[in-house]
Amino acid sequence: MSKLKLATVWLDGCSGCHMSFLDMDERLIELADIVDVVYSPIVDTKEFPDMVDIALVEGAVASVDDEKKIRKIRAHSKLLIAMGDCAVAGNVPSMRNPIGPQAILNRAYIENADVQPQIPCVVVPELLRIVRPIHEFVKVDVFLPGCPPSADTFHAALTALVTGEPLDIPALTRFGA
Amino acid sequence: MNIEELEQIAESVRLENAKYDYEVNVCMDLACASQGAGPLRDELVKAAEKSGKKVLVRRTGCMGPCSSGPLVRVDPEETLYHHVHANHAEAIVASLGDGPVPALQCDLNEHFDKQVRVVLENAGYIDPEKIDDYIACDGYKALLTALTEMSPNTVIQQITDSGLRGRGGGGYPTGLKWGTVAKAGGDLKYVICNGDEGDPGAFMDRSVMEGDPHRVIEGMAIAAYAVGASKGYIYVRAEYPVAVARLTAGLRDARRRGLLGNGICGTTFNFDIEIRLGAGAFVCGEETALIASIEGKRGTPKPRPPYPAVSGLWGKPTLINNVETYANIAPIIRKGGKWFANMGSERSKGTKVFALTGKITNTGLVEVPMGIKLREIIEVIGGGVPGGHTFKAVQTGGPSGGCIPAEMFDTPVDYETLAQLGSIMGSGGMIVMDDTSCMVNVARFFIEFCMTESCGKCIPCRAGTAQMFTLLTRICNGGGTLDDLELLEDLCATVKEASLCGLGQTAPNPVLSTLKYFRNEYIEHIVHKRCPAGVCNIEAAVPEVQAEVLA
Amino acid sequence: MSEPVGVKTLQINGEEVSARSGQTILEVAREHDIDIPTLCHLEGLSDVGACRLCLVEIKGSNKLLPACVTTVFEGMEVSTHTERLQKHRHMILELLFAERNHVCSVCVANGHCELQSLAQDQGLTHISLPYRNPELTVDASLERFTVDHNRCILCTRCVRVCAEIEGAHVWDVMGRGINSTVITDLNDPWGSSSCTRCGKCVQVCPTGALFDKSKVGSDHPKYPDFLPYLNLMREAR
Repeated sequence: MSKLKLATVWLDGCSGCHMSFLDMDERLIELADIVDVVYSPIVDTKEFPDMVDIALVEGAVASVDDEKKIRKIRAHSKLLIAMGDCAVAGNVPSMRNPIGPQAILNRAYIENADVQPQIPCVVVPELLRIVRPIHEFVKVDVFLPGCPPSADTFHAALTALVTGEPLDIPALTRFGA
Repeated sequence: MNIEELEQIAESVRLENAKYDYEVNVCMDLACASQGAGPLRDELVKAAEKSGKKVLVRRTGCMGPCSSGPLVRVDPEETLYHHVHANHAEAIVASLGDGPVPALQCDLNEHFDKQVRVVLENAGYIDPEKIDDYIACDGYKALLTALTEMSPNTVIQQITDSGLRGRGGGGYPTGLKWGTVAKAGGDLKYVICNGDEGDPGAFMDRSVMEGDPHRVIEGMAIAAYAVGASKGYIYVRAEYPVAVARLTAGLRDARRRGLLGNGICGTTFNFDIEIRLGAGAFVCGEETALIASIEGKRGTPKPRPPYPAVSGLWGKPTLINNVETYANIAPIIRKGGKWFANMGSERSKGTKVFALTGKITNTGLVEVPMGIKLREIIEVIGGGVPGGHTFKAVQTGGPSGGCIPAEMFDTPVDYETLAQLGSIMGSGGMIVMDDTSCMVNVARFFIEFCMTESCGKCIPCRAGTAQMFTLLTRICNGGGTLDDLELLEDLCATVKEASLCGLGQTAPNPVLSTLKYFRNEYIEHIVHKRCPAGVCNIEAAVPEVQAEVLA
Repeated sequence: MSEPVGVKTLQINGEEVSARSGQTILEVAREHDIDIPTLCHLEGLSDVGACRLCLVEIKGSNKLLPACVTTVFEGMEVSTHTERLQKHRHMILELLFAERNHVCSVCVANGHCELQSLAQDQGLTHISLPYRNPELTVDASLERFTVDHNRCILCTRCVRVCAEIEGAHVWDVMGRGINSTVITDLNDPWGSSSCTRCGKCVQVCPTGALFDKSKVGSDHPKYPDFLPYLNLMREAR
């Protein structure tokens, strides 16, 4: 049996989900026997592959770039997993929604700037008016809530998905876990 | 006060009226008044004085076809004039005795011929501020007959025999409700009249309270006698100042005549009525919320059971009926339950007042026998849709009702049939829509109404209507998806089945009925990003990002 | 209250149970370890039937009835977990999560929140409804406690405990529909209201809407169990 292709993606999140993923520690080695990590912030691939079997997405959709990425990932993934509360529910990034992006940009680049207070027009992608969870843009196959989901949760979920065993997510994790 | 005295009053009114050769009745209901009926009446009085003819100029309640106002009816010829203005006064008075003024005459025979007037029998014929006018039209005869010749049980039996059902919307058999309150224990019971009419486009109750207030008072007194209550409340919304004034005057006059108060008509029956003003919350039309409001609490509904008939106002057995229900009581007692049961359809008896509004020629109040076909109301009585447009749908029952499409116009109007079609009888609002109405937008309008009028107590209604509004707005703007449609249907199911009170339980009806009969319009908005009626302002279709990825 | 104490026999999910007359379906179910989810209900407070999570089906009636206020009758057949009921419960929880800004990860009640636990119990892994993201205030004007309207689910436990147990009636609800909020006095700041600072509202609040300022992070368990005892002691006097 050829190995499954796994991608992990980092949108608007704190990378905590990736850290927790790495917290699987030695179990990562077992995992490496059955999956190939083909795209991830922790591997050096620039382009999202043509087709992956499983895509783990961390973070909410907060910018025009995020939206482009998530649509592309959906189009090139067989199974899309929303990883952690930001991807599942918006979480902390979405806390700006009631006040809007301009207030956030002003706070970050103007009010707190020591020199040259200006809002960048390149590199920093244009922010969407509302930060939203990924399922509001594309179809999501599995939701793994948690902030972050624990390493055990990742291990149990990925094992079940790879082996095709039944997966009871609410027994593993919850919002804010 | 007894029947003979009542007769004497009636006779003196008749003698007084006989002094005049002509009666000029001016409709002074809100619609006519806002079009200048006030100055018109003043001019008519002046012209009558100047002419030397014996003319009685009388102000009356609503005559019906509001869109033709101001209306004037000249008796005894029964000539109806429409769009009458103050400068026509002299011509009208001058014409008396020598044929009508052709320019002002209107032909509404078809409009009136199909109607049967029970609730509105006096509307347009009496001065609502004169109790004696009401007495001259057999007013309070039913109350005195009930008090002196009938036992409370006989009264309830007559109401049961009549087959009358609640006119506020629910359609619960009135006799059964009265029987339950009558059987409830305790020495203190209340009767409440629900005059918190709040449906957009509905004004039946206002017209009755303004045009014939004593009919409501008499109905309540008979009800109080039947169920053993000694105190009544009329709950009227504060937005109806004229109704409040007329009812206040009516109560005062009824007390003066000994028709309210202690020992009414020489019997041991005591009953008086107080008016309570609603502060504009739609939900206070729901009976438990209304009761909370009378008690001085926040107007939010309570779970039923217990029903008000068992534990209502201040925990006492309480009879609560709608204005129109009470307005039917006196004629039923006067003419008998069987007479009433002869009108209408198998399970919906009597007549129903409807407020015809929207895209229709004759907007206004109509009273028709139950079971009449929608088509007759709209095409014959309503005079059809103006401006060469075609009928599309009619919304009955206000925001709690549903849209009935033109194909179903031959269905009879009764409680069961309307419910089968996904609408309700409601209190009697009837909003007609033509091909210029977008049904998605209509559903959105009604949901917005329910959202802002939700009391906020239960989650399905509070948050569910808000979510439905968001989704409908998105669909109207062209941003909706087919998933949204599914979500909308799930929301409808939860709001309908899980909400605490009738407001929430019926709130999804406009959405469900338009989804059922006009689903294609939703699909047009979602898939083809166009509004067939050209009402919605659809934003640029596919977002840029999506196009790029899909390419 | 001298109602004759009768025994009623009924079925809950096909199981024969007996109850005292006047008991609610919820009381009977809990006595028999049948779990019916609730949110606005709290033992020791009056019931309002507002959250609609405890709706049950009763054979012979098409209407769903709240178990917290519906009393048992002889021969009643109750179903507490049909597909239809579970669907509504799911939707009601989704509606609550989407209504205001419930960010569990940074909430003081994280791990001690009844809404959060219910979501997990009911198998909720995401909210399919669009989030409403309303702009709401936090009132920290009182020295000890804070009200964060972002987390409020309008269960009115605070309103009831303040009126019924503390007897102060400082809390009430203002506004209509989606704009309803709990307020202190006539929408005065909590700190300058007639609040007695008893803290009962904080203990009964099922979420992180009312919290003790001395608690930080997600270390804020709540102890509403004092209510039945308090009531018992009062009745005994």
